[in-house]
Amino acid sequence: MRRSVRILGLAVAVVVGLAAFATRPRFFAAAAQQAQPANAEVKIDNFSFGPASLTVAAGTTVTWINRDDIPHTVVSEDKLFKSRVLDTDEKFSFTFAKPGTFGYFCSLHPKMTGKVVVQ
Amino acid sequence: MAKKVNDELLHDHNNDGIDRRGFLKCMAWAGTGALCVMQGGVLKSYSLSRMSDLGAAAATTGELSFVQISDSHMGFNKPANPDVAGTLKAAVDKINALSTPPQFLLHTGDISHLSKPEEFDNVDQILKGTGKEVHFVPGEHDVLNDDGAQFRERYAKSSKGAGWYSFDQKGVHFIGLVNVMNLKAGGLGTLGHEQLEWLEDDVKHLKHSTPIVVFAHIPLWSVYPEWGWGTEDSAQALAYLKKFGSVTVLNGHIHQIMQKVEGNVTFHTAASTAFPQPQPGKADSPGPMKVPAEQLRGILGITDVNYVRGQHALAVVDSSLA
Repeated sequence: MRRSVRILGLAVAVVVGLAAFATRPRFFAAAAQQAQPANAEVKIDNFSFGPASLTVAAGTTVTWINRDDIPHTVVSEDKLFKSRVLDTDEKFSFTFAKPGTFGYFCSLHPKMTGKVVVQ
Repeated sequence: MAKKVNDELLHDHNNDGIDRRGFLKCMAWAGTGALCVMQGGVLKSYSLSRMSDLGAAAATTGELSFVQISDSHMGFNKPANPDVAGTLKAAVDKINALSTPPQFLLHTGDISHLSKPEEFDNVDQILKGTGKEVHFVPGEHDVLNDDGAQFRERYAKSSKGAGWYSFDQKGVHFIGLVNVMNLKAGGLGTLGHEQLEWLEDDVKHLKHSTPIVVFAHIPLWSVYPEWGWGTEDSAQALAYLKKFGSVTVLNGHIHQIMQKVEGNVTFHTAASTAFPQPQPGKADSPGPMKVPAEQLRGILGITDVNYVRGQHALAVVDSSLA
């Protein structure tokens, strides 16, 4: 009888401990990230993508915004995504679900290239 | 004593490279226009301001005369030119004022800025003011979002593949090529295997003495690959044209006048009717160049081409809209 009371006490301590861990900021941060996916932006200006190489976590939504005074497109080299033509200040977004390196370019000005590295 | 000729250029046909000094000089004339006449395998180039000195060399009358216009970019409204409809109308006025009326017009692409139906409609309406037939090839701005379906429906119904075709006028064979489709990352303009095969077949049965005019949007010579100003497989296309005594290649895309002679081939790019772009490498990017409003029409323009039977080549005259 005395022994089972001690086990119960240990179990309570473990539960309390877990609860305390849950209140720590790091745990909250992770939970928040799950609820609200990460975003990243690539600026198109002066016939280039900036940054030309962007590294993000899987699940991140990348938004390209055209700040140039000439229209551009964002087209994946392996046909994963393809924007319509983006005039000045227009945007295109794509969510990268899986890890990998994804090269892309502007189909109007193919010298403009960039890549998204998904970890 | 003959008047001293200060601004005459001679391009040596045996020299395959660009005559750098002459090349730059031609560039400097972009504002006033230039007349180019090829005689006996040598291209002579004159400033339009000296036209009266030229006499017979000018050869402004002949069997065939046509005008090239390019890069109207209807729909563009940024500071480099907020009125591209106005400058296209000025180009029409310029064409209508030519002393030798052209038989037809060639438009070397970027008719529209964003491939919108109303942009094409607007250009068609303005060009009707010339009363001439217009032969078009697409620029990359004309094939957006639909792989060029709208372009072909409007301008190239009887064309092959992505919109290429040929026709004959007064003994001259005209070839409209498409080099703005299926561009690859990091690459230049592309003609593609199917079009090259068609071209080889198209010229196979022509006499070597047939004058050839090729027109396409992106330059078919390597103007400045760093900015994509060239065509990956143009060498193959030019190889099929080697047997001809006179080949003239007319392009747009780079919004400035440039020319080069290589063997039997004269390359020429036309000014835009919409906005100028910087000289190769003279800016961070090839974006629209803003110049003082009063200078704009001096660097936009049209190209008048004249063919005289029996002469070795076609005379190419550029005029600004000013």
